Amino acid sequence: MILQINNDHQRFRKIVKGKIRKDLRKFLTRSELLGREGKRYISIPVHGIEIPNFRYGDNSDSGVGKGDGKPGDQVGDDGGMGPGGTEEGNHILEVDVSLDELADILGEELELPRIKPKGRHRITSERDRYSGIRQSGPESLRHFKRTFHRALRRQIMSGLYNSEMPRIVFERRDKMYRSWKTVLKPQSNAVIVYMMDVSGSMGDEQKELVRLEAFWIDAWLRKNYQGIESRYIVHDVRAAEVDRDTFFRIREDGGTRISSAFKLARDIIEAQYVPTEWNIYLFHFSDGDNSSESDSRECCTMLREHLSPVLNMFGYCQVASAYGSGNFINVLHEHLTDSADVITSRVNNKDDIYDSIKTFFAAGK
Amino acid sequence: MNQPLPKELAEWAEVIAGYARTEGLDFYPTVFEMLSSTQMSQVAAYGGFPQRYPHWRFGMDYEKLRKQHSYGLSRIYEMVINNDPCYAYLLCDNMLVDHKTVIAHVYAHCDFFKNNKWFSKTNRRMIDAMANHATRIRRYIERYGVERVEQLIDTFLSLESLIDPHSVFMRRKPKNVAEDRDRTKKNENGERSRYPAKAYMDRYINPPDKMASERAERLDEEVGSKARFPADPTRDVLLFLLQNASLEDWEADILSIIREEAYYFAPQGQTKIMNEGWASYWHSTIMTRYVVTDADIIDYCEHNAGTLATSPGRLNPYKMGVELFRDIERRWNTGRYGAAYESCDDMSERRQWGESKEPQQRVVAKGSPGREKIFEVRALYNDVTFLDEFLTPEFVEDQKLYHYRQDPTTGRMVVVDRDFDKIKRQMLFMLTNHAQPYIYVMDANYRNRGELYLTHRHNGADIEVKYAVVTMKQLHKIWKRPVHLNARIDDEPILFSFDGEQSTQQHIDDRIDQPAHDF
Repeated sequence: MILQINNDHQRFRKIVKGKIRKDLRKFLTRSELLGREGKRYISIPVHGIEIPNFRYGDNSDSGVGKGDGKPGDQVGDDGGMGPGGTEEGNHILEVDVSLDELADILGEELELPRIKPKGRHRITSERDRYSGIRQSGPESLRHFKRTFHRALRRQIMSGLYNSEMPRIVFERRDKMYRSWKTVLKPQSNAVIVYMMDVSGSMGDEQKELVRLEAFWIDAWLRKNYQGIESRYIVHDVRAAEVDRDTFFRIREDGGTRISSAFKLARDIIEAQYVPTEWNIYLFHFSDGDNSSESDSRECCTMLREHLSPVLNMFGYCQVASAYGSGNFINVLHEHLTDSADVITSRVNNKDDIYDSIKTFFAAGK
Repeated sequence: MNQPLPKELAEWAEVIAGYARTEGLDFYPTVFEMLSSTQMSQVAAYGGFPQRYPHWRFGMDYEKLRKQHSYGLSRIYEMVINNDPCYAYLLCDNMLVDHKTVIAHVYAHCDFFKNNKWFSKTNRRMIDAMANHATRIRRYIERYGVERVEQLIDTFLSLESLIDPHSVFMRRKPKNVAEDRDRTKKNENGERSRYPAKAYMDRYINPPDKMASERAERLDEEVGSKARFPADPTRDVLLFLLQNASLEDWEADILSIIREEAYYFAPQGQTKIMNEGWASYWHSTIMTRYVVTDADIIDYCEHNAGTLATSPGRLNPYKMGVELFRDIERRWNTGRYGAAYESCDDMSERRQWGESKEPQQRVVAKGSPGREKIFEVRALYNDVTFLDEFLTPEFVEDQKLYHYRQDPTTGRMVVVDRDFDKIKRQMLFMLTNHAQPYIYVMDANYRNRGELYLTHRHNGADIEVKYAVVTMKQLHKIWKRPVHLNARIDDEPILFSFDGEQSTQQHIDDRIDQPAHDF
């Protein structure tokens, strides 16, 4: 049944999305979003939605309450029925928006073209779902309610049931167990490999930028692919694969050899991801300070020969740092001008994230 | 969209209606419908109506209600519409005892709608009117587009509270036919009606110099009142705009819809405490006297206690209302009113006054003086007059009411005291004009430039500057000429202005032009 209010509700959602879109640039820099990556919904404060009117202001913060208490005692958690009304207390509206919608807004506002995935979608994985029931199985999966039900029925039928002394005893034939069905699910066919320079020159501020940027990259790619795998590599002079938590929290020190990370990324990709089946994204975040010019050149060679052919895209995001020379981006430009799959952007502060995302995904890869 | 009422409930509705009539309630025929919780949320978002014009804010309210419902924070038990016949909705997954309580509660609301004077001017065919409004606005949307119509509605809703709920009870100044004729006659002979007198006395009874000065005065006055526009300070800003703003026909029609609905809902805002108190009084009376069975009693009590629950710092209108009605009933049964009682200042004597006359049962019978009194009260009062007249120091003490205020140093709400006068003043203030500021049109030809000049009538609290500034912009969209608002902020008279491009605020002093009227 369709309710009339659904139209109004959809209209409201549309207005909310419009507001978010209008403030998207500001919104992209909100660090409160971080840490909510796994959730389906995030609540977002939306300004300027309510209808303004003439109302009483602050010097009316008093009222009448009911209950015990002597002068000076605190009243409840908040006020009571004060002037201005209890209904209109919250000035900022919090609206739940799904990450999916958010990615949509991002895509529309930045005019990002939809990514055309390569590879086939036939790749499937098996998953077990406990949806069935059967008569044998391990005791840990015993379905108590069904078992009880069967035992009760059997006892009533055979006249063993005494309503004065209701005592149900299970027999082996009463027992029911949960069972699973194996279902095939289309498996993710995209992988993002994030690499980050964690040398001494990358401070907390830089890492926060990386984290925000990665959040939005993640959101957009997730919108475009069924499921996505993420891999994380950190490096200074050596590279190591870490989990996502470590990736954003780790604090290393020392020099930088970018090629170490590239090598590791190449190894991971070669070993686990067949380029014809997988859409592979490689992102590198750094302050652009490499230990030597020759190492930078080595990176370029590796990109050109090993990585570029298998990647959908290589994104290099250079964050500003007080210490680094920031030269790596120039080297990339110099050696890889002909490659359309290598995209670079600079992020000096949070406001640049907007344009950076746009740069990365404008080509629709 | 409605499910027919199950037979069992339909029978109960009849039976309870019978009890309610026995007790003296008088209500319109009432139609009950069963709704699922999503449907209930829709109806609640629509202010109780099955149909409203399309607007996003209903969708916003709906989302809030759904969220509260799914988190288990609130549950709407009942909705009832002031209409003839009354429509009331029951939530389909409630227990039978809840339904019975709600039905009893609803009959009392209907009785209140029908008999309370403040509702006497409301449209009793509002369901049809709302459907009609929806159709009209849909038609405008088809013709002018969603965005345009929606923006216009948003603009009008900004000013929705600027109505004069008392105006429906005033007789508009009738076109005084006699006076008009009088005036034409006067124009013929150039004089105001003179007293009939014999010719030789005329000079004394109608002295010529007095006649001349009167004529001059009158002419002056006429010119003056023409120059003043509006002729008097006007509180019904919406009506003023409807009559005087340069709106296209369809825009004016939408404004009239918004205004009509605002007037329809106004008495419900004016009588929240009384209406809920009255309904709670009757559901508990009817349930405990007639309906509740042994099996129901626990659930009934839980439901009832939930409705009347108060938490510290929060005043529950249901509780406040029902206790005050019971207090009035008790006072009138025991004769605790009138000069003899009022002048008695011996507290213990007051406390025992007329105790012997008090009926044995808690809920007294029909025909007792207390019962008669509360029926009278429900017919004649609104929340403001209700509290003004019947709030007593004894009641405030019994109910443990206190006055609280924000502590400026900690920002916390703290109990200030339990002083009767302060509590009463605070409560009346909160209820006056539903805690909305009074705004008047003072001059619509300000500085002789067709600019609109409004004044906030200050009665203790400042208006919020931030919102006022934005609202002025909305007003400008309708008036299309510069708009001004005179408001007192921190004891300084400030003139807020918006000329279409710039918002300004200036201190009002002698250099600023005076509007046509002043309080």
